[in-house]
Amino acid sequence: MNTHRMSLLELQREMAAVVMTPLTADEGMREKTLDGRRTKAIAEKMIAPNSRLSSVERLELYNRQYWFRVLDSLAEDFGSLRKVIGSKRYDAMAIAYLNAYPSRSFTLRNLGSKLPEWLAEHAEFTGRRQKLAVDVAKIEWAFVEAFDNAELQPLNMEEVKTLSSESKLQLQPHLRLVALNYPADEVVLNLQEREGRQASEAGRAEEHEELAPMELGAMRAKQTWLAVHRVEYNVYFRRLVKEEFEILKAIECGKRLGEAIQAGLSETRIAERKQAAVLREWFQNWAELGWLCAKDE
Amino acid sequence: MSGNRFNGFSNHGVGIGLRIPHYKEIFSRKPVVDWFEIISENFMCDAGRPMQVLERILEQYRVVQHGVSMYFGSVTEPDPEHIKRLKALVKRTGTPWLSDHLCWGSVDGNYTHDLLPLPYTWEAVERTVERVKRVQDTLEIPVAVENVSSYAAYNDSEMTEWEFLNEVVVRADCGILFDVNNVYVSSVNHEFDPLDYVNAIPAERVAQIHIAGHSKYEKYILDTHDHPVIDPVWTLYERAIERCGYTPTLLEWDDHIPSFDEVHGEALKANRYLNAAKKSNAAMVGAA
Repeated sequence: MNTHRMSLLELQREMAAVVMTPLTADEGMREKTLDGRRTKAIAEKMIAPNSRLSSVERLELYNRQYWFRVLDSLAEDFGSLRKVIGSKRYDAMAIAYLNAYPSRSFTLRNLGSKLPEWLAEHAEFTGRRQKLAVDVAKIEWAFVEAFDNAELQPLNMEEVKTLSSESKLQLQPHLRLVALNYPADEVVLNLQEREGRQASEAGRAEEHEELAPMELGAMRAKQTWLAVHRVEYNVYFRRLVKEEFEILKAIECGKRLGEAIQAGLSETRIAERKQAAVLREWFQNWAELGWLCAKDE
Repeated sequence: MSGNRFNGFSNHGVGIGLRIPHYKEIFSRKPVVDWFEIISENFMCDAGRPMQVLERILEQYRVVQHGVSMYFGSVTEPDPEHIKRLKALVKRTGTPWLSDHLCWGSVDGNYTHDLLPLPYTWEAVERTVERVKRVQDTLEIPVAVENVSSYAAYNDSEMTEWEFLNEVVVRADCGILFDVNNVYVSSVNHEFDPLDYVNAIPAERVAQIHIAGHSKYEKYILDTHDHPVIDPVWTLYERAIERCGYTPTLLEWDDHIPSFDEVHGEALKANRYLNAAKKSNAAMVGAA
């Protein structure tokens, strides 16, 4: 009989290792943890059975609860991705992602923060739609951030007029800039609209139903630049031209205004004589949208 | 008796959890609700819709914060950002007390987002007391720890759950959020008499009571918060009120959430027992 008493830290590490091990295909506990230890041995070492449930069955309840909870939470934020690649691929992808990036935050809100970059390295889950899937994931994560990121007091039009090439600005924290390989914003908007209709007609959108990858027709790659931002309390998408995107990105990276403009217009096809007017219009739009803020020094 | 030092001597009666499906109803009809319990983590963001909702609620209602990821029993250190944001939210809501669970859920920076039971050991008592004290000192408001429902018991446990709870709350000098549904669920899952638990807790430390429904399976019960409160749980509640007196009471309903009126109506059934406690208290004061 093993008489070694586990320290609280040992117990928590052992239990977490089992609870966070992915489930079997029929949603049961696996025989081994990811590092090859037998889950039955771990369960029996730490968990007491009762008259109805074995140690393994009792620990399995927590294993199942963990995976149901994190998978549901991720699916709430990446509903369009699930429809684009289909539920079968999505489910396998979500398990692999959460295995690679378990939650490191006290809030489930941040669960998907690494998904777009991780997905870009894992084409095995997306089939031929790899780049589109990554684009959709980027948009959906930007949506999460735009929804509740901070809002700073923006510069007003008068303040914007006083800016010089030496000025340093920061962007509104809820503004997220997303570069896409496909016009994936159209796909996401279309899916959100459809989901809204289904929800109002059926009362509730079905999250757990099996879905084949959605029909997208012949979708062609097209570089697309997107701002995902909040107006009042709603999140909107706004298409940007490449130069606009580059200038805003340079501001976001902390460049002085003159450098940011230079970076944005370095490869532009906008005629030089028109550039001043175009820039004025962009800055006016950004100021009206409240995107430009004073830089914290 | 109404209120004690563990709930800021509040006179809160029956409240319900603030949940998204009820927002529309609450904002359009402005129903009379004594107080709302909010899940702290849902409002620990910077801005946007959640904070707008919170501000609107605070204009009309009293709010009490309830957390789900402080993990008083976790050995590894909590995220300082968590404490910082929680403190900011406490300032914003003016919550008279704050509760979270007597459990663990994170280790080495990984979060399970579950309320995992602790082994009832002296080591766990010490660890939990230390964390509760630190949180209480930092937040500068009374903290109440909630007994969780559990599905597993540890070989290493050295005491009963209620002995463990008592040790923690006395040593940390904190309050109890006493969840009578969790007592019932655990009593079935661990085969003990739930009245032993209710009769053992230090009644003077109970800051708040939770009631809820659950789901019964063949071999165990799950604390799903998706049904009305069953009679045996009301019986435990009645006994808890007999012991604790008039105590802020909150109905939890988190899944398959019915209409606002149905949830509120279910919660208000607690008044049967609370009003009796009030009367008996008044009679005692009169006699004195």
